[in-house]
Amino acid sequence: MQGRGTAVCLPADIDTDVVIAGRYLRTKDRTVWATHVFEDLDPTLAARMKGSVIVAGKNFGCGSSREQAAIAIREAGVVAVIAPSFARIFFRNAINIGLPLIEADISCDEGSPVAFDLSRGWVESGGKSSAIRPLSPRMQEILKAGGLVEYWRVHR
Amino acid sequence: MSTLSERILGAAAGEYVDRKVNRAYAHDGTGVLALEAWKNMGGGRLGKDTGYYIHFDHIAPANNSTTATLQHELRDFAKKSSMNFSDIGCGICHQLMSEGVVLPGEIVVGADSHSVTPGAFGAFATGMGATDMAAIWLTGETWFRVPVSTGIHLSGRFAGFAEAKDLALAYVGKLGMDGATYQAIEFVGDGAHNLSIDERLVLSNLSVEAGAKAGLFYADDVTIRSLKERGYDVKPQVPESCTYIQELDIDLENIVPLVAVPHRVDTVKPVDALAGIPVDQVFVGTCTNGRYSDLTRFARMVKDKKVAVRTIVVPASVEVFKKAIRTGVIADIVGAGCTIGPPGCGPCLGSHMGVLGEGEVCLSTANRNFKNRMGVGGEIYLGSVATAAASALTGEITSPEAA
Repeated sequence: MQGRGTAVCLPADIDTDVVIAGRYLRTKDRTVWATHVFEDLDPTLAARMKGSVIVAGKNFGCGSSREQAAIAIREAGVVAVIAPSFARIFFRNAINIGLPLIEADISCDEGSPVAFDLSRGWVESGGKSSAIRPLSPRMQEILKAGGLVEYWRVHR
Repeated sequence: MSTLSERILGAAAGEYVDRKVNRAYAHDGTGVLALEAWKNMGGGRLGKDTGYYIHFDHIAPANNSTTATLQHELRDFAKKSSMNFSDIGCGICHQLMSEGVVLPGEIVVGADSHSVTPGAFGAFATGMGATDMAAIWLTGETWFRVPVSTGIHLSGRFAGFAEAKDLALAYVGKLGMDGATYQAIEFVGDGAHNLSIDERLVLSNLSVEAGAKAGLFYADDVTIRSLKERGYDVKPQVPESCTYIQELDIDLENIVPLVAVPHRVDTVKPVDALAGIPVDQVFVGTCTNGRYSDLTRFARMVKDKKVAVRTIVVPASVEVFKKAIRTGVIADIVGAGCTIGPPGCGPCLGSHMGVLGEGEVCLSTANRNFKNRMGVGGEIYLGSVATAAASALTGEITSPEAA
């Protein structure tokens, strides 16, 4: 799986309350989550998400198990999230809804192009290529299927 | 020689395994999405398995008709299926699973991050998201990466007003918000045996605030006695010598009342260092500190006095609530001027009653103080039940030792 996008830099320890606040959870309307993604961090971020690759600090997605956090990011048009580490529930959630996560420790240059190849295991940013920690075989299968719903549609 | 997680999951740390889940639970928040995902997977009929649970606790009762409509669909599904269903007012999912449901050695998955809580009984209990829960409804099992473990060696007993919450904040402060990410935490040593089930539940509950996948105690005499009262005969789990990836030694005697300051659970200070900060609201409850022992402790400190600020007390379950009514604990709390909410999560996640206004400060016994969690512009300080009581009486952050 390959992809590219424009870097949006975020700090470490982004919690899922900040990704999508509790006050927006009481709906199944995914556009609501996309519209308000990262609102409490920076209200202008949602508008800059389309076609972006988020490059964040460690422990991205910590806190609540709310899957709406991963959905909000994907629905806002984010291509992938890169961070040195992810909170484990968010990790599973993102792969389960088909949002690629990349475990890599790279520097972020806001607005610059980022490219990645999950199967070959590299990410390229600022002319520099870095190795990524590969997903487990099961997670790769789930992501390749487009998410866990699609995976189980095929594997039942 | 294996860790408790390795023993329960039956494989060595680092291995990926598929395992049958003994108990799987979801709540009104995550259940709605899980139901949608389950239908999209092809749904069908749930087996006769009795290990599935849905608890309405997050926005219970519903705050508006949008929520009520979403809950209606999930309630209908739960009632028509073979699931164990607990409607509004029954209590918080983690507490209900800890009242004679989860047993030592079980594999438990909850669609909520604080599903680490029942690890206090020697179960491998962990949180997942809605789609993972849907797949468990579909197949009865899920995949795990067997975690490495951090060992927290406890010794001694609490002194003065220190309680399990202070110990929990102490270890999260030491490990940091991601100090145990992808790991399990095991609480061992003489100090662990000295803790009651309620106290263990607090320590297991906070393990996810250090990023942990599970927070486990080995079943011992305390566990056996507690489950015996609920009609179960269980065997002790004897620790083997095993390798921990990191270890902490904590003497309970050295624990002092602590507070986590906004907006991080791992930024912990002694209450004394924060004394005098005015608070607008005190909140006692949640899957961390809404148990009978917590309510009793709080009532003892406020009885025959008056709270100086609005104070919301929410029992963790209807069992807790009923016992607190029977013993007069609720009368003491209400007599002191506090408001009681229905058993459930209360204002913890800021979705309904008890939210904060812009610039307001809350001293809360909950487990998260993330930015805007309890309301836009509100600030949350996390502390113990005793600190909450002392602060409620003065209207400012106050050490229980000074009360």
